[in-house]
Amino acid sequence: MTEHNEIILAIETSCDETAAAVVQGGTELLSNVVATQMDIHQKFGGVVPEVASRHHIEQMTAVLEQAMDEADVTFDDIDAVAVTQGPGLVGALLVGVNAAKAVAYAHDLPLIGVHHIAGHIYANRLQQPFEFPLLSLVVSGGHTELIYMNEHGDYQLIGETRDDAAGEAYDKVAKALELPYPGGPQIDQLAQSGEDTYQFPRSYLEEGSYDFSFSGLKTAVINKLHQKRQKNEPIDRENVAASFQASVIDVLVNKTYQAALEHNVKQLIVAGGVSANQSLRARLQEKFEGSGIELYIPPLYLCTDNAAMIGAAASIQYHQGDFAGLDLNANPGLMME
Amino acid sequence: MNVLAIDTSNQPMSVAVLKEGILAAELTINMKRNHSIQVMPAVDYVMNQADLKPKDLQLIAIAEGPGSYTGLRIGMSSAKSLAWSLDIPIVALSSLKVLAAQVTDQHKLIAPFFDARRGNVYAGLYERTNTGIETIQFDRNVEMTDWLKTLKEMNRDVIITSSTSHQFTDEIYDTLGKNVRLIDSVLQYPKASMLAYLAMSEEPISVHALAPQYHRMVEAESKWLEKRQKER
Ligand SMILES: [Zn+2]
Repeated sequence: MTEHNEIILAIETSCDETAAAVVQGGTELLSNVVATQMDIHQKFGGVVPEVASRHHIEQMTAVLEQAMDEADVTFDDIDAVAVTQGPGLVGALLVGVNAAKAVAYAHDLPLIGVHHIAGHIYANRLQQPFEFPLLSLVVSGGHTELIYMNEHGDYQLIGETRDDAAGEAYDKVAKALELPYPGGPQIDQLAQSGEDTYQFPRSYLEEGSYDFSFSGLKTAVINKLHQKRQKNEPIDRENVAASFQASVIDVLVNKTYQAALEHNVKQLIVAGGVSANQSLRARLQEKFEGSGIELYIPPLYLCTDNAAMIGAAASIQYHQGDFAGLDLNANPGLMME
Repeated sequence: MNVLAIDTSNQPMSVAVLKEGILAAELTINMKRNHSIQVMPAVDYVMNQADLKPKDLQLIAIAEGPGSYTGLRIGMSSAKSLAWSLDIPIVALSSLKVLAAQVTDQHKLIAPFFDARRGNVYAGLYERTNTGIETIQFDRNVEMTDWLKTLKEMNRDVIITSSTSHQFTDEIYDTLGKNVRLIDSVLQYPKASMLAYLAMSEEPISVHALAPQYHRMVEAESKWLEKRQKER
């Protein structure tokens, strides 16, 4: 086996998916197993960290075994073990981190601690090669970030949310509309048959900033709903959803486009759970068409949390010799360097 | 038999390895440390001291709880992943039973407990007989006042042991009087070597199905159940 097609066993347990995958050479998916807890947390209206942790510990080794079986590999084939180190829910991360350490120790394999967002970005590399410089828009329940990359493994944060993540705003507005958890896909669905009649504010912040802010918008929507309910006026949920979504997407798309132009990037990569959003996909495609910048959005199964993306990101660290010791810990607030 | 045992149920962390059934190395730390950082380096340390490689192991023993939820999962995730990836059997034992087994007195009730906050404890009842340590009452989460009443009603000599700090000493003597003895502090910390010894005579359990014994439902779940029952 050459140095360049290393096989990595990867683990991801940062939130409510217990996931393991086997990835070869950072680009080839040999297996990708995700045990989701979605329906378990649905009844609580959101992810309950202790419940998530309890499910992770019950699923972990079975998911690992399935990933190895589906990839048709044994530990003799594996060159390294990678795991999401953070950010995420600490109790959830700990299950994956300690599983990864034990497997690495048992088979004397190098251990790689991966940043969850690096994983989301590198999910795209399982689909097509990166061309630098590139810009990545990461949108999920916990993140709204613009990350500029000059080369592999080099992450420069050029913009981030100052309050709520985009996905978080979706969930809160969905709750106010009494939609079941998770709210994002529900709002996207409703918005398809509504119109932007409410004209909620678009928060662009100060000139030249690539930061985001969604809490003002969220409050505007919730206040509007409250007013309507008090006055006993009918609420057109489709239009509320469409108006809210239009505001979020306008800001996301315009800021991302500006940043991409200013930084002269060759590619725009979209990552994270919210990149499953149909309207966001359509608007980005529209905006970047003819711009000379290649737009990549991963297929749905690579947008949401999975371990394949962790294995893809870990491949870069593997070749850089960026390994962790057995004292690797979960870091719920891990920063990107 | 070469056995690796791990206990991270509470503040004390203990890791031990038996080589051909005999204690080779043990490491116990009773400081407020992060088990997640410490446990695998500790495993590596005792294994090196025992001149054993992971593939030399034949059994993993894990303290399954009760205890701190996070602590239990750190140990359990490490132990399950070791056993699964080395393809060797795993045995899970009550963390309280391990504590009880360190008391050598025979034919007396042994009542280990861990503080579970707000007047509650995780407690179980054991007895050492000629054949070993037997479970008299299963582990549970209970109010200490009620637990002490239960012990008093048994009207027997009882030895109480706990590896967690607690404020129950006066209450224990007030309720149980001359029938009770609190264990010497030298015996009150869990030793993974004891866990390893006990594990050798237990039936292994399927590794995938193994989960910590929390003895307490998650609050969100009990609230949800309550709400559902009211709606019916
Ligand atoms: Zn994510």
